[in-house]
Amino acid sequence: MAATQFRIWRQDGAEGEGGYRDYTTEVTEGMVVLDAVHQIQAESANDLAVRWNCKAGKCGSCSAEVNGNPRLMCMTRMSDLPTDRPVTVEPMRAFPVIRDLVCDVSWNYEVKKKIEPFEPRPPDAEDGTWRIAQEDVERVQEFRKCIECFLCQDVCHVLRDHHLHEEFVGPRFFVYNAALEMHPLDTRDRLASLKQDEGIGYCNITKCCTKVCPEHITITDNAIIPLKERVVSEFYDPLKRLFRVFSGGSRA
Amino acid sequence: MDQTPYEYDVLVVGAGGAGLRAAIEASAAGASCGVICKSLLGKAHTVMAEGGMAAAIGNVDERDDWKVHVTDTLRGGQYLSNPKMAEIHAREAPERALELEAWGALFDRTKDGRILQRNFGGHRYPRLAHVGDRTGLEMIRTLQDHGIHRGIDFHMEYTVFRLLLDDGRVAGALAYDRERGRFRVYRAKAVVLATGGIGRAFKITSNSWEYTGDGHTLAYDAGADLIDMEFVQFHPTGMVWPPSVRGILVTEGVRGEGGILLNSDGERFMFDDIPPLYKDQTADSAEEGWRYVVGDRDARRPPELLTRDHVARCIVDQIKAGKGSPHGGVYLDIAWIKEKISNSEEHIRKKLPSMYHQFKELAGLDITKERMEVGPTTHYVMGGVRVDAESQMSTVPGLYAAGECAAGLHGANRLGGNSLSDLLVFGKRAGEYAAAFAREQGDIRLDQAAVEAGMKEALEPLEREGGEGPYQIQHELQDLMQEKVGIVRIESELEEAIEEIGRLSDRAKAVSAPGNREYNPGWHTALDLHPLLVVSEAVARAGLLRRESRGAQFRDDYPQKDERFGKVIIRAARGADGEMVVEEIPVEPMSDELTRLVEEMG
Repeated sequence: MAATQFRIWRQDGAEGEGGYRDYTTEVTEGMVVLDAVHQIQAESANDLAVRWNCKAGKCGSCSAEVNGNPRLMCMTRMSDLPTDRPVTVEPMRAFPVIRDLVCDVSWNYEVKKKIEPFEPRPPDAEDGTWRIAQEDVERVQEFRKCIECFLCQDVCHVLRDHHLHEEFVGPRFFVYNAALEMHPLDTRDRLASLKQDEGIGYCNITKCCTKVCPEHITITDNAIIPLKERVVSEFYDPLKRLFRVFSGGSRA
Repeated sequence: MDQTPYEYDVLVVGAGGAGLRAAIEASAAGASCGVICKSLLGKAHTVMAEGGMAAAIGNVDERDDWKVHVTDTLRGGQYLSNPKMAEIHAREAPERALELEAWGALFDRTKDGRILQRNFGGHRYPRLAHVGDRTGLEMIRTLQDHGIHRGIDFHMEYTVFRLLLDDGRVAGALAYDRERGRFRVYRAKAVVLATGGIGRAFKITSNSWEYTGDGHTLAYDAGADLIDMEFVQFHPTGMVWPPSVRGILVTEGVRGEGGILLNSDGERFMFDDIPPLYKDQTADSAEEGWRYVVGDRDARRPPELLTRDHVARCIVDQIKAGKGSPHGGVYLDIAWIKEKISNSEEHIRKKLPSMYHQFKELAGLDITKERMEVGPTTHYVMGGVRVDAESQMSTVPGLYAAGECAAGLHGANRLGGNSLSDLLVFGKRAGEYAAAFAREQGDIRLDQAAVEAGMKEALEPLEREGGEGPYQIQHELQDLMQEKVGIVRIESELEEAIEEIGRLSDRAKAVSAPGNREYNPGWHTALDLHPLLVVSEAVARAGLLRRESRGAQFRDDYPQKDERFGKVIIRAARGADGEMVVEEIPVEPMSDELTRLVEEMG
């Protein structure tokens, strides 16, 4: 490969006006988009802001939109991108820009605090430990792989286009709920809050989140749909509703 | 600029495993607690830990207990560890692992449903609690999610660049916010440093940009002692190709699951050089090595699971002898196990999912079918802030350190898996003792002049015009450390390195970082130069003083161990004129009980 054109989003502070700026840098064998961005930063744009850490797809810091697709920059190889036009790199669009490629994802951290924390059943053995089958561990492993890159949040139209941040927690936190609800030791119940406070009903399972997940978590089919089913059977099952009327229970 | 200080009983700097565990403990003890981290919460280096957490729970082999663990740790550290720390670590690690489970962590299981443990280099029995090869993620997420419900304040994307003192006692810290470039003043009765390592001082490293020796330098600047700085762990297996991923870690778990090292002639060279200290514990044949991997309790470890310092040097020797792979490494082969088990591809993907993923996506290579190319990468520093074994307090009152930025547990070489347990055991202790210190000690006074001076100094690179850029100095330092203070060291090169670090330090004082204060990486790099240069100087000076080869330090001019140096560790501290002073001090004495244990277990 050789000199490659880039169009990178530059924006000076949250209120500043943003725009694309063109750069050219030499791309060599095996490079990923993050390498190219760093090279541009070192050569011609010392103050280009980019968030990153592990550079191995494990920390989920370098989320951005590459040629319009939500991606981890460290896991996007240059050789997989078309060479006949400039490579466009811009910040995640569902969150406010702080500067250049860095956006304010603090909303996600606030959302997480509101979700019912883990609480285990009493220990199974006298020494205070639990007995868990490997298959029960494996069932939730998929959800626990999440690296919190927030690419699923970026692509979810309920957040990106409809801005329902107050009523809807987004795919990341349905995965988080699923990890807790299906945890073999957990005893809490999160169905009422999923329905009322977290807006699971807004998701109309277009599976955009699943497509962009760099950890290949089957977000829609394995996390959101089962949670929706649980919510439905908890709150819309006629027998359960009847039972609630007589028992005076008001879990909803 | 808002200068109203944040006030805490305990301020924790760093939000990896040690920092989070310290904060949880301090807050449980009733202390008000704030945590400052350079990145977003949950992104710290702990997330990268793959293999597992060493804790002698004895679920897989009931012969294991804390006594075996402590002797393994001391042997691995070539008897330079603080024996009391090694003992506390071995005794308390099981409880810390089980507590993590009570907070929601899910480890892989044995057939009867208990925590499964895996083999790792230098550990006599299967000892590492793990979740596939992403144990660090499980650990940091568990601590993070547990921590956010405990009233701890998190200050994300802040960097601490100065500690504040009140008459020799710690009184707080000065930080800047990476996102917007504002200064923040923190007033705290106790400070816990949990900032991790120094890997960015080297060119080839598995560490991210954060690992610039901040905690080491904050402590050093405040007058604390550093020890063991000559001992930098070069992990034997980092990726070597493609160039942009050079240094990224390939977990020791690959070898734990049966991976073997081969040179370009296809020879399994690790059988050729087995150190006397490990002769009795190492397999004689490939056949015995495989039996160990699949759990035969009478078999001994394959030589690929010797300690990291040794394996790294054997790899360097192969490369120097012209038997390296095309891109300057050697081969690591896990695909070969297809000769032994029928569903090997599925087995590898299940046991090493993130390694499979990493090679597939970054190198276009399928580890279930092909050999990997690997070579040593800067991974960990055994050296750090000298602390009291029980409390983790440094030589500065109220200043604590835990995890990688503290020293004492690992001596001359750390065993894989002993880091995650270190973070939890000593993170907890630091939090507990810091909270008690804050409770018992009187109030502190903020030195306003020091605050003003610190901020003024930090702004200099932004305001200075026409100076050199910071990246050039950073790259020159990384090249220098890689070349002259790396795996193989020699007196003349160490001396040259120390001189060159002096010249780079002068240049660093005159850098310019144009742009404004919001998320300005040039400015951040300019401020990172001071800690990088301090830790680099400490590594080079300590390495020069230790005229022997032991653990992670290999001196070409003194290739043997020297009994005299087996009795001392090296301390680095700021001298009266501001220059760095290094000197030998005696190794902490071993209790009679431990001495007996070491003799019994060999």
